[in-house]
This record gives sequence, structure tokens and C-alpha cells, in this order.
Amino acid sequence: MKRIATTLVALSAVGLVAAPAVAAAIVRDLPSDYPYPTGAWSPYLAGALIGVLALLALALANRPVGASSAYADAPGLLSRAIAPRWTLSLPYYKDEPPKVSWTLVLVCATVLGALLAAWSGGELNGAYLQDLWIARFGQDSHAWRTAAALAGGIIMAYGARLAGGCTSGHGISGTLQLAVSSWVALICFFIGGVMTAMLIYRL
Amino acid sequence: MKQPEQSSTTAHEQSAHASPSPRDGAAAPWIDPPRTLLLAAIAGLSFGFLLQKGGVAKFDILIGALLLEDFTVAKVMASAIVVGMIGVLLLRRLGRLNLHIKPAVLGRNIAGGLLFGVGFGTLAYCPGTDAAAIGQGNLDAITGIVGMLCGSHLYALTSHTPPLAIFDRGRLGKVRLTDATGWPEWLATAAVAAILVAALIAIEILD
Repeated sequence: MKRIATTLVALSAVGLVAAPAVAAAIVRDLPSDYPYPTGAWSPYLAGALIGVLALLALALANRPVGASSAYADAPGLLSRAIAPRWTLSLPYYKDEPPKVSWTLVLVCATVLGALLAAWSGGELNGAYLQDLWIARFGQDSHAWRTAAALAGGIIMAYGARLAGGCTSGHGISGTLQLAVSSWVALICFFIGGVMTAMLIYRL
Repeated sequence: MKQPEQSSTTAHEQSAHASPSPRDGAAAPWIDPPRTLLLAAIAGLSFGFLLQKGGVAKFDILIGALLLEDFTVAKVMASAIVVGMIGVLLLRRLGRLNLHIKPAVLGRNIAGGLLFGVGFGTLAYCPGTDAAAIGQGNLDAITGIVGMLCGSHLYALTSHTPPLAIFDRGRLGKVRLTDATGWPEWLATAAVAAILVAALIAIEILD
């Protein structure tokens, strides 16, 4: 058991160093030179403050910052209101009884926080199709985008529950506590994500 | 300054322990304590604000990360992890922090992680950044929410079915990198921080 874990840790460390170097090498070979936007703030500043936030949440609220379980709490609450006995008989909802939880409120407030940030920075959007999507699929691809967003949402949420968290709960809160499960999950998020995005946007 | 902080931490720990066990079924509470929810609202507002200001609520930047063409996401995440990791180390020394380690079931972490990635690449937003993208006005993120609500409930409906049992391999429990390597916490923290900082420097030089 310990040997497996040690091997995984070693492989992850190698991967983390190799990935950016390999990535940069690949970038030069790609034909496109897409003009990516930037954030209003330095990503290092925003990231460091997110780290402080995750830390304060653990210290003051005794809860990790996460997001994906909110998307199970919401339909779970509806299901629990309609059929409480049956809902709480499902193993997942038995272990994690649907409620107005820390994470559900956090995710709702995240919408407001981003609205405030976009509004204050003059970055409010309002588009259904985003630039990179249009560059790839054209202006009249609303139906395709709807299908992709629906299917992607279903698959991603199912994966998050199977893995035990998402890019916030595992990717930030878990990794910064040095959890083995979180490092393994985070690396797999990006392996799956990179392969899929390459297929969709670069084939 | 120190005393009220300490008493609030203890009161909090007590309330966490007092909450009924998940096995209580129908007795399970419908809502978290008000103090927790107030802190959740503050944390969420800050989280959404920082995600948007960092640029990671943007479709192009998220897909750019997966196409390995834009490294904003890597910079945000690595900075958060390095700062948070060092903070965890220090606050634990002061006895001010309870760890919340998710148990490792490697089969589930790997299969679920890869599946998550496939969905992430297709939707372009992850669960946290989807909420931030909605706040920013990306209307396609609302469709993403509908998908995520369906997918999560689908998991609750199917999590106990036999096909999923094949992923129940590699149960290691609530292990940390310190347990896996046998290293002291400061060394594991320093090692991970060094790798992440080296990766960020490599990105800055090569990109």
C-alpha cells in the first residue's frame, strides 16, 4: 500500500515538473496564435488570496472551500422535500443528507461575488457563445453549445461525485492539506480535460 | 485579541461534534448553523470576486488551460496551493486548524477524476468557475448548471449499483503525502512548494 502511494507521489512530482515544459514545447508547434484575454488582476495575486481564503475557511468555519457538492445538495433538497424517506434511503444522500449547506450557500454567493467583480471592472459579458467557441464552431452553433454544456455538466458532476470533489474541493482545499486523494484527482482532472479539449478544439 | 478567537474555535468544534451522525436519516438537519452559513456567504462572495478578477471565470482562459496554451489557471491554482499549504503548516503548529482530508479510494479518484476532466473539457467551466462565470454574465454557464444538477442527482441514484463497485480499489483512508512518503510535514510542504514554484518559473521562462 505504502509502496503504491510512494510511487504515485513520485510520478506526480515528475509529472508536475515535466508538464509545463512539455506544454510549452507543444504550444510552439500548434498553428494557432489565439489572442487569449487576461484577468483584471495578476493571477499570482488572485491565487494567493484564494489560498488565504481556503485557509481562513478551514481555520474559522472549520469547513473546506468546495463547490461540486452544492450541485448535489440542490436536487437532493427538492427530492427530500417530495419523498424524504426514499431520498434518505439512497446511499449517497444517506451519507450526505441534502441540506442548505455551507457549500450550497458558498456557491450561490460565488455568483454574486463574480457579478460584483465583473461589474466593478467593466467586464460584464451577457453572451451565450464565447469567443473561442465561436472561433471554432461559428456564430450559429447555439444548439451545439447547449448540447455540449448539458452533456459536459452531467459528465463532470458525475465524475466529481465519483472522485469525491472538484477543482475547488480537491484541487485547492485538498491539495493544500497534502491529501493523497486530492493530488491524484487533480492530476486526473487535467489529464481528462486536456485530452478532451484537444479533441474538441484541435482535431 | 487571542481569547475570543480561542473560545469561538472551541464553540465551533463543539457544534461540529454535536451535529447528528449521517446515519440518523430523517433526523438529519435541513440547514447548517447560522454562523457557518454567514461565513459561507462571506467566503463565497470573496471566492467569486477573486475567481473573476483572476480571469479564471472566462471561457477562453479555461479552455486555453486545457489546450496548454494559456497558463493563467496554473498560476492561480499553484499560488493558492503554495500559500495555503504553508498556512496549514503554520496554523497546525499553533493548534488552530482541523484537517479535512478526503479519504483516498484510488480507483474512484482516478476514474472520477478522468470523467470529471472529460466533462470539464466539454463544458469549459468547472463547478466553482461555472458559478463565477454566471455572475460574470456568461449565459452558457447557466446551461452548464442544469447539466451539473442532473449529473449529481444521477450519481445519487446510481452510486450503489454494482458497476461502480469496480472502482472501489486502493482504499488508503485519509492519507496525506506525509503518510505516503514518511516525510515530516515541513519537508513534504517544502518539497511540493519547491516543485510548484519551479513549475511556475518554467512557465514564465518558456511561455
